[in-house]
Amino acid sequence: MSEENGNRSGLKTDSRIEKLLSQGHFVVTAEIGPPKSASPKGIIKNATLLKDAVDGMNLTDNQTAIVRLSSIAAAVHVMSAGGEPIIQMTCRDRNRIALQSDLLGAASLGIKNVLCLSGDHQSFGNHVTAKNVYDIDSIQLVSMVKTMRDEKKFLCGEEMKVEPRMFIGAAANPFADPFEFRVVRLAKKVAAGADFIQTQAIFDIERFKRWMAMVRDQGLHEKVAILGGVLPAKSFGAMKYMKDVPGMSIPEDLLKRMKGTPKEKQPEEGIKICAELIQMIREVPGVRGVHIMAVMWEETVPEIVKMAGLLPRPSVA
Amino acid sequence: MIVASRKPMKEIVSFLEGTSDLLIAGCSECVTVCQAGGEKEVLVLAAELDMYFRDRGRKVDIVTAVCNRQCDPEFVEEISSLAARVDTILSMACGVGVQFLAERYRDKWVVPALNTTFGGGATRPGVWEERCGMCGDCVLHLTGGICPVIRCSKSLLNGPCGGSQDGKCEVSKDIDCAWQLIYDRLKEIGKLDLIYRVLPPKDWSKSRDGGPRKVVREDATV
Repeated sequence: MSEENGNRSGLKTDSRIEKLLSQGHFVVTAEIGPPKSASPKGIIKNATLLKDAVDGMNLTDNQTAIVRLSSIAAAVHVMSAGGEPIIQMTCRDRNRIALQSDLLGAASLGIKNVLCLSGDHQSFGNHVTAKNVYDIDSIQLVSMVKTMRDEKKFLCGEEMKVEPRMFIGAAANPFADPFEFRVVRLAKKVAAGADFIQTQAIFDIERFKRWMAMVRDQGLHEKVAILGGVLPAKSFGAMKYMKDVPGMSIPEDLLKRMKGTPKEKQPEEGIKICAELIQMIREVPGVRGVHIMAVMWEETVPEIVKMAGLLPRPSVA
Repeated sequence: MIVASRKPMKEIVSFLEGTSDLLIAGCSECVTVCQAGGEKEVLVLAAELDMYFRDRGRKVDIVTAVCNRQCDPEFVEEISSLAARVDTILSMACGVGVQFLAERYRDKWVVPALNTTFGGGATRPGVWEERCGMCGDCVLHLTGGICPVIRCSKSLLNGPCGGSQDGKCEVSKDIDCAWQLIYDRLKEIGKLDLIYRVLPPKDWSKSRDGGPRKVVREDATV
């Protein structure tokens, strides 16, 4: 490890997220969806709005298999606006050669966090006749990034001079099946080298608590920083739609509460529910942060963070 | 076996625009079993094409034959006298058969009547399902006899992904999640420890690219 990379502090990277976690802060991250266009304006606008409300911003990687401005380019725009980017990287569109190349490129641009994902299947997107790649899977991607960072080696075993020092994230979905295997899969991600976890959006707090109890039983919360995912629903319709998305679980009482709210008040209620969920998640032992996925509704994030009592955000000491 | 299905009539006839003498060649192996290119299907297609050409006032002579195996030069030879009489051969075998015919009958216009789809078998009468992706590096001993490469929509070796719900794949409720099947099977036979390990990236060089793969058995060569 080189000195400039913060080994004096015992940290693995220069990531702001890693620093805040190591200082015991409850971390807040949020998602920014890059546009279906070559314009950086929306990203810069959102990053500027969010930079004092969150500690890091995820840039999605062609989410739901719809072509968008690349996550790495979007991350550069986030940095220009003063934010800390977390690039998402899926295994759907790139093989091991392209993934490693982009990791080097991302690190060279100053990106310090990566979230390793399988990626949504192309049949959900706008290029359904595309061929998916899946040369490696998300767990193997985690392991590859770790090997590059900690051993300065490419997947093939060849050495590199300057390694990409990435704080490594992975996803976990406590609401997918088989439920009892979900914690095993988390353990596999931790064994592969994940430093932090961002979960699928939590609505079903009871199931999340059951999952976290299993996580704690295995001591995984001490090996990896778990950030609970939340997603503000803009309307009853949006919530109902999400109920049918594979891997999502939304309790009936939340649906009822949203349905019983007048339509014009539903966005406000969605924000309230989201802030309440954050407070509940914060109470769950072992959780070290939240990740807010305000899809197409990024501007609402500061209000949610404020309502959840998480402002102001700490500065890196 | 290799499972195939017939191309749409419109596409088949588009290959035959300049044809005046046609041989429709079936195959007695896989495509007979999956009812795509055996004797019966050859005769049905011959009758359909005959009617199609007559309706359009085209005179096309059609002959038919069924090889024992189109993937074997010895059996491809069986149709040589019929092949000599035509300008076009429409193969109702898999892609292997089409190519073996094209290699043997070089002066003929050899075209496919089928889409070769996968390595699989019948799960019930009339329904064939994919089972093998022919990746060249079998992992079934690690996954309870269920192939993640071809049965998981993302070919995950360390699945299931976050889209697995109620035993189904995120892609469709009609697709079983391969990793749920693997999990259930390994649990059933007390070998869950097999999927507690992280499987390393696969060697895809055994699967495709770098030209056609070859299997050579020295003791069988002459």
